[in-house]
Amino acid sequence: MNTIAISIKGVSYQYPEQESIALNNVSLDVYKGEWLAIVGHNGSGKSTLAKMLNGLHYPSEGTVMIGGYALNEENVWAIREKLGMVFQNPDNQFVGTTVQDDVAFGLENNGVEHGVMEERVYASLEKVGMTAFLNQEPHHLSGGQKQRVAIAGVIALRPDIILLDEATSMLDPLGREEVMDTVRELNEKEGLTVISITHDLEEAAKADRVIVLNEGRLYTEGTPQNIFQLDRELLNLGLGVPFAVQMSQLLTDAGLHLSQRHFNEEELVSELWTLNFER
Amino acid sequence: MMEKIIFGRYLPSDSVVHQMDPRAKLLFIFAFVGIVFLANNVMTYALIGAFTFLIVFLSKVKLRFLIGGLKPVLLLVLFTFFLHVFFTKEGDILTQFGLLTIYKGGVIKGIFISLRFLLLILVTSLLTLTTPPISVTDGIESLFGPLKKIKVPVHELALMMSISLRFIPTLLDETDKIMKAQRARGADFSSGSISNRVKAIIPLLIPLFVSAFKRAEELAVAMEARGYKGGEGRTKYRILRWSMRDTMAMVFLVVLSAALFILRSY
Ligand SMILES: Nc1ncnc2c1ncn2[C@@H]1O[C@H](COP(=O)(O)OP(=O)(O)O)[C@@H](O)[C@H]1O
Ligand SMILES: [Mg+2]
Repeated sequence: MNTIAISIKGVSYQYPEQESIALNNVSLDVYKGEWLAIVGHNGSGKSTLAKMLNGLHYPSEGTVMIGGYALNEENVWAIREKLGMVFQNPDNQFVGTTVQDDVAFGLENNGVEHGVMEERVYASLEKVGMTAFLNQEPHHLSGGQKQRVAIAGVIALRPDIILLDEATSMLDPLGREEVMDTVRELNEKEGLTVISITHDLEEAAKADRVIVLNEGRLYTEGTPQNIFQLDRELLNLGLGVPFAVQMSQLLTDAGLHLSQRHFNEEELVSELWTLNFER
Repeated sequence: MMEKIIFGRYLPSDSVVHQMDPRAKLLFIFAFVGIVFLANNVMTYALIGAFTFLIVFLSKVKLRFLIGGLKPVLLLVLFTFFLHVFFTKEGDILTQFGLLTIYKGGVIKGIFISLRFLLLILVTSLLTLTTPPISVTDGIESLFGPLKKIKVPVHELALMMSISLRFIPTLLDETDKIMKAQRARGADFSSGSISNRVKAIIPLLIPLFVSAFKRAEELAVAMEARGYKGGEGRTKYRILRWSMRDTMAMVFLVVLSAALFILRSY
C-alpha cells in the first residue's frame, strides 16, 4: 500500500491569458492500489490537475512522475497507457458507433493486434458487466451504461491507474451506484489505483484517502473521517452544502424574496416558477 | 413522416446482399452507374431491369417497403418522364391537342430515361439499406486507401464520417430538447408566416451550435486521452473480409456488361 504510483512535486499551472493561477504549488503522492478522492468546489483546479496527470497540459513549474515516467512530451503516450481517464459527460467521450467499437478505440490507437483486441474488448466488457450490449449504439444506453463502457475502454489498455473526473455527476442515483460499484470492484479485485474527482462528499466518503483542493492549492488531506470532522470549514470551502441551499442563498443575496431557504431542489424550483403568478 | 424516408437507413437482415463486403457493394455501385448508360433499347433495359429486381429479391428488402419509401423520389421520376414526353420532338406524331404535340420518340425516351433514373435510385438505396453506415465508411476508407500516398487524408475523412454518424442521434435528441425548452418559453415553430417560422428557428440553432462545439472540444480531449495520435501505426478493430461471393458479384457484373454490349446493337 505504500509504493508510490504518482508523485507530484510543487506543481503550478496557469492557463494562457488567464490572470488567476489554476494550480498553485501542489505536492502530493498517490499510492499503488489506493482509492483517492479529490474534492473541491467548482473552479478549484480539480480538472486542471486531472488533465495534467494525463499530459493534456504540462506543469508550468514542478514535476510529475507517473509509474516511473517523468511527465513530458516524450513519455506522454506511455503515460496515457498507464493512466486512463473517464470524463464527466458520458456522451462526449463515446467515440465508437457501437459499444464494442468504442472499447476498441484505445486499443486501435495503440496498434494492438486484431486477435488480442477482440479478446480484450470482450474481457473488459465482462468486467463492467456490459457484454450483453456489444453491438448496441450509444443513444440506446443510459448514462450509467455509457460510463461503464468508458471504463471498459480504459481498462482494455490494462492501465495501473484510473482517473474519474466527476464521472458520476451527470448520472441519476442508480447510474451513480452502478458506476461506483464497478470501480470499487476493479479497485478491490484487480488492484487498480483509483483517483476519483468529485464534489459529492458521499462519494468521497468511500475513498481510502481524501484530498481537498481550494483555489488551486492543496487545502488539506486525510481519511474521510478526518475530513468530515472539519464540517464547518468544508462549508466555508463551498463543499457539502446542498445545491438548493446555496442557490437560495445566492438568490436572496441578489434581492429575490423567497419564502424560505430551500433544502430541496424541487421545492426551490416550484417556488421559482410560481413566484410571479400574483402579478 | 420521418419513419417513411428510407434513404440512408439501414435494415438489418441476414441476406446474401447484407453479408457482402461493403467494398464489393461500393465497387458494384460505381460500375452500375456506368453500366446503366449502356442500355439503349428494350432488350437491354429489360435485362438490366431484371437484374436489378434480382438484387432486390436477394436483399430480402420488401418491394412494397422500397417503393413506399421512395415515393418522394418517384414523383421526380414521373416529372422527368413528362418532361421528355412533352419536349422531345422525334419520330411519328402520336396525338396532338392544342399547342401540345406528343411524339412517339418522346414517349420512348421518357420511359427509358425515367427507368434509368429509377434503377439507379433503387440500387443506391439498396446499398444503405443493406449496409450499416459504419461499414460503408470502412469500405470507403479501404477503397480510397491508396490515395493516402498522394496525401489525401483518407483516414481522417473516414473518422470524421464515423463520428458524424455516431453523433447524429445525439444531436437530434438535443434538438428535440431545445425545441421543447423554447416552446415552454412560448416559441412557435409550426405556425405563422414563413419568415416568422424561419426566425423561430434561430433560437433553436444557436444553442445547438454552441453545444455542438462544446461537444467537439470535449470529444477531442477524450480522444487524445485515449491515445489517439492520427492514423499512423493504428490497427483496425473492424476487418473487412472479401469472400467468394464478392468475387462472384464482380464476375456477374462483367458478364452483364458484356451482354449489354452485345444486345446494344440489336
Ligand atoms: N480551458 C481553460 N481556459 C482557461 N481557463 C480555464 C480553462 N479551464 C479551466 N480554467 C480555469 O481554471 C480554474 C480551475 O478550473 P478547473 O480545473 O476546471 O476546476 P474544477 O474542475 O475544480 O471545477 C478555474 O478558474 C477555471 O476558470
Ligand atoms: Mg471539473
